[in-house]
Amino acid sequence: MSDHPITVTVNGVEYERQVEARKLLIHFVRDDLDLTGSHIGCDTGNCGACSMIVNGTLVKSCMMLAVQADGATVETVEGLADGEELTPLQKSFSEHHALQCGYCTPGMLMSATALLRENPSPSEDEIKKALQGNLCRCTGYWNIFEAVKAVAR
Amino acid sequence: MTPTGSSTTIAPERTEIQAPAKQWQGQNVPRKEDKRLTQGQGVFVDDVKRHGMGYIHFVRSPYAHAHITSIDVSKAEKLKGVYGTLTGEEVASLTDPFFQLSSPPGAHVKDYALAVGKVRYVGEPIVAVVAETRELARDASELVEVEYEPLEAIVDARVALDESKPVIHEDAGSNLMWEGVFEWGSWDDAVAEADKVVKISELHFHRFNSTPLECDGAVVEYNRGVGQWTLYTNNQFPGFAQIMMGPAMRCGLDKLRFVTQDIGGAFGNKITSHPQLTVCCLLARKLNRAVNWTEWRTDFHMSMSHGNERWFLDTEVAVKNDGTLLGFRTKALDDAGAYLRYEPLGGVIWAQVTPGMYKWRNIRLEFTQIASNKAPCSPNRGYSRMQHLWFTERMIDIVAKELDLDPIEIRKRNYVKHEDMPYETPNGCIYDSGDYAKMLDVALDLIGWDQLAAKKAEAQSRGKLFGIGIGSTLDSGTNNFGQSRMINPELQFSGNNEVATVKLDIFGEIVVTLGTTPQGQGHETTAAQVVADILNCGVDDVHVRSGHDSYWNSHAGFSGTYASQFAVTGLSAVKGATEMLREQIFRLAGAVFGGVPAEALELADGGIRIKENPDAFLPFMACGAIINANNAGLPEDLDVTLNCRYVYRPPFEVPDIERKFGNLTLTYAAQIHAAAVEIDPETGHYEIVDYAAVDDCGIRIHPQIVEGQVMGATAHALGGVMHEVFEYDEEGNLLTPNFYDYHVPHALDMPPLKTGSIESPSPFTPLGTKGMGEGGGAGIHAVCSAIQDALRSKGGAIVCDSSNPYRRVWEMLESPETAGARVQVVDA
Repeated sequence: MSDHPITVTVNGVEYERQVEARKLLIHFVRDDLDLTGSHIGCDTGNCGACSMIVNGTLVKSCMMLAVQADGATVETVEGLADGEELTPLQKSFSEHHALQCGYCTPGMLMSATALLRENPSPSEDEIKKALQGNLCRCTGYWNIFEAVKAVAR
Repeated sequence: MTPTGSSTTIAPERTEIQAPAKQWQGQNVPRKEDKRLTQGQGVFVDDVKRHGMGYIHFVRSPYAHAHITSIDVSKAEKLKGVYGTLTGEEVASLTDPFFQLSSPPGAHVKDYALAVGKVRYVGEPIVAVVAETRELARDASELVEVEYEPLEAIVDARVALDESKPVIHEDAGSNLMWEGVFEWGSWDDAVAEADKVVKISELHFHRFNSTPLECDGAVVEYNRGVGQWTLYTNNQFPGFAQIMMGPAMRCGLDKLRFVTQDIGGAFGNKITSHPQLTVCCLLARKLNRAVNWTEWRTDFHMSMSHGNERWFLDTEVAVKNDGTLLGFRTKALDDAGAYLRYEPLGGVIWAQVTPGMYKWRNIRLEFTQIASNKAPCSPNRGYSRMQHLWFTERMIDIVAKELDLDPIEIRKRNYVKHEDMPYETPNGCIYDSGDYAKMLDVALDLIGWDQLAAKKAEAQSRGKLFGIGIGSTLDSGTNNFGQSRMINPELQFSGNNEVATVKLDIFGEIVVTLGTTPQGQGHETTAAQVVADILNCGVDDVHVRSGHDSYWNSHAGFSGTYASQFAVTGLSAVKGATEMLREQIFRLAGAVFGGVPAEALELADGGIRIKENPDAFLPFMACGAIINANNAGLPEDLDVTLNCRYVYRPPFEVPDIERKFGNLTLTYAAQIHAAAVEIDPETGHYEIVDYAAVDDCGIRIHPQIVEGQVMGATAHALGGVMHEVFEYDEEGNLLTPNFYDYHVPHALDMPPLKTGSIESPSPFTPLGTKGMGEGGGAGIHAVCSAIQDALRSKGGAIVCDSSNPYRRVWEMLESPETAGARVQVVDA
């Protein structure tokens, strides 16, 4: 298995690492960079717990190889808050009880963040469509819709 | 209704619910857990790392039933980067089979951590391989060579006991695992009083589970010097895992230290990971290094904790023409899968809710549990009661249809009434409080019952079939583990317990330690609310430790988070420990102030003061400092530690094993759901167009968290009834081993939801709370009921399965006689 040098900027920090060609981006971020906020809930790209923003685009990081992220700028849940100051979306998730176990939450937040950047005033239907790639087994989604709606302009 | 039988259950003493100045309880305070979880700072099991850690991958059986003729791990072990392997043969020499809960024949099942000599379901672990990366471990597992001699697979419980079928566990002698007859009242009396008997040939509750988003896992390290393992794991019932693992591994339970911080959902599915945890322990010792086991999604689906599949055969219901329900009898045939990991406890757990919400007194249920070549069953949200409550609600709706009775009226006529509470069921359970008829009214109001005719007409004008259904269920909480003796009189379990420790640290910090293993239920928050009210401080002044650690010594045998009990067991322990601490603070301050009696003191502003002289004030910081670091000169007889451990023990008696009679759970939260569906008659495609969920769990400490549980349980039920099935082919291959084939609801699947609640305080619990969270599958019952209602005008099929994907609805439209239940009404 061949190793490749890659340079990836994650949450504003540049990392240079050698990675196996087959290593998934999610495993690279979690295992090699120790950024364990992004999670894994399936092996098939269904659950969205590993969602990240790569070069401005929302991706499921289990569907991408680490070597494909060479030179890329990656944003994960750890990069959302400004120090101790949570984003309005993070606060809204708490206020609306849009999380229980918190396992899907990082991916859910990244998907909602990407949505609101692209469309600051989404309709309820647009919110549902934007989040349909993120599974949550605790909340039934209703409070998540409310949390996103409350932040939408 | 007066109970039958010579002696009745001893009802728990009514608790005097003290009315503390409730500043915090009842409020939706921000959850303490959220700050870390919204920032990706939670610590879940796969986030834990250790130097030189090896990764485990399991070699799994491709056959549902086969003899293993040879295993060769040599090629895998030679691969560079592989640390070692573990085989079933090694497991059989290093461990004893796991203790079986069952009486014979299930008692004779030999269950090891890895397959020994034979495989019994597709996905059964055979060999564990450890390597320096996840990927390499997976590669190496493919180099393990296993030879099999396939056998016929049993995938249909209804033929499992045929003599022509192979026996799955030779040691048990047959595929029968456990059987028992439950009978209360008299079926003959019921028939004598009845006008009609409604006969239902076959009902089927399907196999699925809650599929928590985080799969099972562990990081395990072994301390060779002291012979102790530390298991960082998301197992949700460490006390149970310990009693399974300790004897099997031939070690004391204290040698198994369980540690958890955050758990990514569990829903009962993370109770029975003890076989895999045992493998982790053996490998950590064998290889002298920490090991990580992180279950893959497909592995979870193939092997972990399926919900019980159950048939109800030859059911008969005795009923009067006016809809008065007198009794029922049935044969419940339960498919436990390949091993009894928590089973056959499901064979008695259902009896917590024997009559459902109804007053019938004559009940006979023959319970038979068999083994099959499918994944082992273990608890799943609503464990075993959900199956029985679905069956109960099916009976109600089938009787209503056959006798042309209003489904609302028949329910109201037969519900246990508010004024009959506490109500003793025919089998001696005590329904503590509630008002089911009122809940139904709230549900009907929320769903807009009075506009239904118009909605129906409007749907019909669009060519749709419209139906409405009710699901009324109970969420029994705080188990009396004495019920396990009905399964096996040899078992020495009874009652229940939970622990909390509350202390005042040297700088006055209030620290709470729980015994539970929360998975999103907000225990840190609700515990702080209870403490803050008792110590008259703020919730932010209370630090509740996250998670569970055996080293904290704040747990007991039944500690964990399962079976709808924290609001009773956990918070009662918190209350008890905090009251002990409060009492000690009063005694300490009394001594410091020179002999001031407790009644002259009060807690305020983060300390204690003399009521008449508020300047005489001792802040908590001073209390903590005096006891912990500045204790010279304190009276010798002042027995104050400011570190208070309390064990809450619910009031239970051991049930009468012969009569299968006694109080099996302390509280009965209730749910009534109402669903409206529209069906496309051409395709069977249907949509839930309106939905209401009404909950009553007594006093709510944090209403938002309660509502969140109601929503989550509703979503699980809707997924279960519409999409989710662990479906097997005839050879025992699982057809739904991932989230492509096993469709869990996503954002666009969710119907509009309205929630409502009433509060009927439990008279038996210290805070008036009831355990909740499982929801009894009310959504499954409600949707089955609504589909049947909608089909009335087109074929009139009777819903006979809890799984109703569009395909099945289409089948019921096409062939109502064969796709639905066969029902016959005879004069009594």
